[in-house]
Amino acid sequence: MVHKSSVPLHWRMQKSRYNLIGSKCVTCNTVFFPSRILCPKCRRKGKLESFQFSGKGEIISYTIIKVPPEGFEKNIPYAIAVIKLEEGTNIAGHVVGDIENIEIGKKVRAVFRKIYEDGKDGLIHYGLKWELEEGNE
Amino acid sequence: MSVGIVGYGCYIPKFRITVEEITKVWGENPENIKKGLGIEEKSVPDIDEDTVTISVEAGKNALLRAGIKPEKIGALYIGSESHPYVVKPSGTIVAEALQLGTDLMVADLEFACKAGTAGIQCCISHVKAGQIEYGMAIGADTSQSRPGDALEYTAAAGGAAFVIGKDPLAEIEGTCSFTTDTPDFWRRDKQDYPRHGARFTGKPAYFKHVVSASTNMMKKLGLRPSDFAYVVLHMPNGKFPTRAAKVLGFSMEQLKQSLVVTRIGNCYSGSSPLGLCNVLDVAKPGDRILMTSYGSGAGSDSFVINVTDKILERREKAKKTEYYIKRKQNIDYGRYARIMGKLKTE
Repeated sequence: MVHKSSVPLHWRMQKSRYNLIGSKCVTCNTVFFPSRILCPKCRRKGKLESFQFSGKGEIISYTIIKVPPEGFEKNIPYAIAVIKLEEGTNIAGHVVGDIENIEIGKKVRAVFRKIYEDGKDGLIHYGLKWELEEGNE
Repeated sequence: MSVGIVGYGCYIPKFRITVEEITKVWGENPENIKKGLGIEEKSVPDIDEDTVTISVEAGKNALLRAGIKPEKIGALYIGSESHPYVVKPSGTIVAEALQLGTDLMVADLEFACKAGTAGIQCCISHVKAGQIEYGMAIGADTSQSRPGDALEYTAAAGGAAFVIGKDPLAEIEGTCSFTTDTPDFWRRDKQDYPRHGARFTGKPAYFKHVVSASTNMMKKLGLRPSDFAYVVLHMPNGKFPTRAAKVLGFSMEQLKQSLVVTRIGNCYSGSSPLGLCNVLDVAKPGDRILMTSYGSGAGSDSFVINVTDKILERREKAKKTEYYIKRKQNIDYGRYARIMGKLKTE
């Protein structure tokens, strides 16, 4: 989630946020998002490399937001879900589109969307949200 | 080696609003509007969609079909009249999201509804000059319309992206433009909605430019309407391209595959590019296509495109135009007004 933030902070995060780039420990094959510089399992024996996730996952929990934080008033109602990525690890994100049909277990895929506008004259923050896959019956 | 479209892809937002729904608000007769404009419904962007997000999704599809590494793209042009920032390029955000790398020339273009095809022309020139291996041109818009204006029935959202290079799935045999200073449609700085010259947007504007550019294009290559399997013309509504095609000597059979406007409205810079995508989705190797865009202000870019056998191996690699047209959810005017920022809340 992007909250009202400094321009350099947004800039530092944009590569990973736009393309779901995290990291992978090549010693134990564990994947991380956001990126880590140390593998908590392997510690000093771990070796971390940049890793791009496919952008496919499954909803393992969700909530519908009707009382939004500042800046998200126009988006309500919207769904925030915990998503288990295909390659492992869980992340939180917005689910877009047909949220009346949102259910635990449904497949989702990443789509590029506007996350947040920093007021009328600030930066527009972009990133990935999650769309329910077709044929998710 | 020939230069042309190596990969193409489109994106159309999911929401639609019907002509009936808009006429309910303004007390118009829906049948008269539908008959007059030749349109059933139009696409509407979600609250978090804009020219940048549409360009990214269309660009991803184009790269899938091109089957090239994104960093091989050496130039990116985005044509739109709804760039999210007045100052700050859409192209840099799209390039970062598509991972095009940094050895890249980027420019945002604006020429009403034809800036996307102007981008294709720029890419062709770069590739032919040997400056780049591949270029990407995108035409995308989330078009604005004043509540109650006739434009409100047609101004829609969507876009298409083209990777231009050698070894194309559709060779671009030639391109030319026709340009005059014709003020038929404009939007001044800090204005929310465009203004237009009503009937003046027809004969001296759309028809003069589309017909002249198309005629000049065919003349330059010694071609006649019967040499083409398909024709794609800019679609401000369903009526104008139908009439222009007839004037040029094309049949409804040659036009109808490109006529996506009846179901999604006028996607401005994405209009003729989306029509071309829908044609490429079904065209056979050897089919020749005439595409002519139109941008108010005014100008037309015309292209002669020849489909190659590469279309057969690349077409299925990404979602087709029909998928996005059929993937829809109709909304009411209230939700539409809220999404498009037409309600005053402060």
